[in-house]
Amino acid sequence: MGLQMFVTFNPWNLLLLFTALECSEASSDLKESATSTAQHVPNAWFAAAGSEPDERISVFELDYDYVQIPYEVTLWILLASLAKIGFHIYHRLPGLMPESCLLILVGVLVGGIIFGTDHKSPPVMNSSIYFLYLLPPIVLESGYFMPTRPFFENFGSILWWAGLGALVNAFGIGLCLYLVCQIKAFGLGDINLLQNLLFGSLISAVDPMAVLAVFQEARVNEQLYMMIFGEALLNDGISVVLYNILIAFTKMHKFEDIEAVDILAGCARFVIVGVGGVLFGIAFGFISAFITRFTQNVSAIEPLIVFMFSYLSYLAAETLYLSGILAITACAVTMKKYVEENVSQKSYTTIKYFMKMLSSVSETLIFIFMGVSTVGKNHEWNWAFICFTLVFCQIWRAVSVFALFYVSNKFRTFPFSIKDQCIIFYSGVRGAGSFSLAFLLPLSLFPRKKLFVTATLVVIYFTTFIQGITIGPLVRYLDVKKTNKKESINEELHIRLMDHLKAGIEDVCGHWGHYQVRDKFKKFDHRYLRKILIRKNLPKSSIVSLYKKLEMKQAIEMVETGILSSTAFSVPHLAQRIQRTKRLSPEDVESMRDILTRNMYQVRQRTLSYNKYSLKPQTSEKQAKEILIRRQNTLRESMRKGHSLPWGKPAGAKNIRYLSFPYSNPPSAGRDARAAESTDDDSGDPGGPSIKFSTHSRVSSLQKRPQTQEVIPMRRLHRGGKTFNFGYQRNASLEEDVGAGRRAVLRPKPLFYTVDEEYESGRESEEESSAVGSRWTADHGHSREHHKSHSSLLRRK
Amino acid sequence: MGAAHSASAEVRELEGKTGFSSDQIEQLHRRFKQLSGDQPTIRNLRKGPSGLADEINFEDFLTIMSYFRPIDPTLGEEQVELYRKEKLRFLFHMYDSDSDGRITLEEYRNVVEELLSGNPHIEKDSARSIADGAMMEAASVCVGQMEPDQVYEGITFEDFLKIWQGIDIETKMHIRFLNMETMALCH
Repeated sequence: MGLQMFVTFNPWNLLLLFTALECSEASSDLKESATSTAQHVPNAWFAAAGSEPDERISVFELDYDYVQIPYEVTLWILLASLAKIGFHIYHRLPGLMPESCLLILVGVLVGGIIFGTDHKSPPVMNSSIYFLYLLPPIVLESGYFMPTRPFFENFGSILWWAGLGALVNAFGIGLCLYLVCQIKAFGLGDINLLQNLLFGSLISAVDPMAVLAVFQEARVNEQLYMMIFGEALLNDGISVVLYNILIAFTKMHKFEDIEAVDILAGCARFVIVGVGGVLFGIAFGFISAFITRFTQNVSAIEPLIVFMFSYLSYLAAETLYLSGILAITACAVTMKKYVEENVSQKSYTTIKYFMKMLSSVSETLIFIFMGVSTVGKNHEWNWAFICFTLVFCQIWRAVSVFALFYVSNKFRTFPFSIKDQCIIFYSGVRGAGSFSLAFLLPLSLFPRKKLFVTATLVVIYFTTFIQGITIGPLVRYLDVKKTNKKESINEELHIRLMDHLKAGIEDVCGHWGHYQVRDKFKKFDHRYLRKILIRKNLPKSSIVSLYKKLEMKQAIEMVETGILSSTAFSVPHLAQRIQRTKRLSPEDVESMRDILTRNMYQVRQRTLSYNKYSLKPQTSEKQAKEILIRRQNTLRESMRKGHSLPWGKPAGAKNIRYLSFPYSNPPSAGRDARAAESTDDDSGDPGGPSIKFSTHSRVSSLQKRPQTQEVIPMRRLHRGGKTFNFGYQRNASLEEDVGAGRRAVLRPKPLFYTVDEEYESGRESEEESSAVGSRWTADHGHSREHHKSHSSLLRRK
Repeated sequence: MGAAHSASAEVRELEGKTGFSSDQIEQLHRRFKQLSGDQPTIRNLRKGPSGLADEINFEDFLTIMSYFRPIDPTLGEEQVELYRKEKLRFLFHMYDSDSDGRITLEEYRNVVEELLSGNPHIEKDSARSIADGAMMEAASVCVGQMEPDQVYEGITFEDFLKIWQGIDIETKMHIRFLNMETMALCH
């Protein structure tokens, strides 16, 4: 199996390797010749003219220096991308090891090549490139795709854990290493306390993003996932803040001069930097959300605004020595909700993908740098330091996990079991963040920098490979509590009821809990923020939007499976029913079913899924389009055949209300549809099925169809002793039925759906017009009723 | 608090019935007095349909609150299951307004309408269709395949349990009865 992947892997890589080798060869040749003469001497391979300089015009010339940097960078990125493709082609591999393993290997490979061919200095990462260009996209992406509700529900725990955990780790490791350094035998006596602390702070920067993909495969419970995610999010920021403070300390004083005042100032600075960064981010988030309110005519620049403002928040915060990372995270989180509603569908997709792309590129480059550093001469190996570093990292992580969670469990409604804590402990995988910080240590202040870099690399390799690969099996072995989020209206209703109930009871008790805070925030949000920041303030109810989503799903299923829908309806019944209206043999039914099952789609499941390396594909959009096309075809055919549908009532304006707004405004339909679609509970992939196309078609094709009845399918079926002849029931008659107070009885819905399916699959030739009409009414009445109600929901504001 | 002190036997009885500790009972009693204005009962301010109590006394108050106590995870499987069932029964009664043991479509509709009533833009129809959809779903979960002539009467408690299988009631339906003192003073 591994060989298979390798085989696909190889040809591309070989090609690339070859190209890379050629380039390096070329450049090294060029180096030699360049040192001798000032002009470019044509390379022996390609020269067609004479070798005297300036005598002949050379037909072929090689100027590698000019393009070296961009050329190599592009090549590296391309190499990493190809490796990723290869990685995913072999299906089982992503579940086995995190993708960062792969990237490290690619980096080492490139490093090896560069080292082996004795290349001129490759582009070296320096402080400004890293902090200004490489880091922001990564942080922005993780902030943007964060699932908000679970995050804020666990906010206290996450903050407690990430913040204190980082501090405990940093100081613990630093102090222990200092003590180790004091032992004369190891020859580490010249590393003072401050340097050790600094090393501790940078080595405690965890990068568990790698692990999240594995978690997702294993579908661990939401709380656990959220803790790790939250830690990943905040950890970078906190480490960098700590790092900067300690660097400032190192620059400022000699060790002996540091007084208590300075330490207090350091602590205060820590807090200010963190909080200030967050405030900055929030401010910028609001500004950008506000601006996107007005961009409807220039939708092409919407992604630009989003990115520029985020980046600006980062830079502005950095100017004031506040934490740019926390700023950009806060900006992304704040801005996301409002921006999503304001921007057009295409901009929204663009933003998502572009963000992923940028962060991918950044990460790749950092790993390449890491690989290049690995294979090189600038290492210093010291057994004691490195081994103790590894040991202390693990010990202190364990200590911090168990101690901190012991405390926070007392306050949590959902305590973390020991198993969960073990998993959290084990997911302490270091990554690119630590490496970068180590690499950027100023050599002047840290004469033993090489040692630090080596130690960091060892820790990274160890944790990424060994822990990264074994955490999957560990999760399965420990049988961690799984998530079972399934999407159902009932669930949504119940959860909503619980929220209200709990808020109410808390209010009665006088207890200030989570739900209260959330409630108050939502009220504030609705009353003020949304009015200012959102273009068309459409009230969303998560219940309604979920319901619509499920309707959509059911419609899709109905088209696909016809007879086999979730509330299963057995074939004999169908056949029996059908025979009463038209002569359709069971064989025909079977053949239709076959046709449909062959073209089955997968309906998208909503799971707490955030994978750093991939976005969930938007299958439902395509499906919606497909359904639309089919419907349109059948519609057109029916109209052509001249089936008259005797509609009693003329079209009242009240009755024809569709999801979209005035017909002249189709592009907005998508946005509004999406606005109505997005739910409060943001999952990692907030793109709901876009019913833009379907509503648009309905608008155009069903303009003249008045609605004649109150559509509750069950009800209709109940009163229908006449099986399918309810096409022409007027509103009035049904109303009086309702008025009679008859108890509504539930019938299996798909009964008439399946019948409609007959219609859909285009067997009109055998149908009677009345049956067609009735079914047509039934189906469209039903769906239109929803649209009517939903659009009324949307239209009023 | 004279009443509580002199009636410590009462407190202990309540402790036994509801499972609260005496501190918690005292705190809740204080809160109760605040809400009721030192009357022995809290009046139902909402003129609802019959079936809702007009007033509740402290014991009823405590009983209701006891449903929201966190489940002690150290208890055995069965106990936990029992508590869970109790909470769900409480919830079931919230839905089932006429207490006939079934949540009918009408009752469910009422619930949904009330839930969505905060949103002025949702018409009754959509609320109703949502309720219908939910009922449909419940039917499919509970009864599975249904004959076309079969009528789904309503959600019974067993069906309700089935629906709630996947949902974690422990995390949702409980309140930590701490820190009420400070908050009660704030109001």
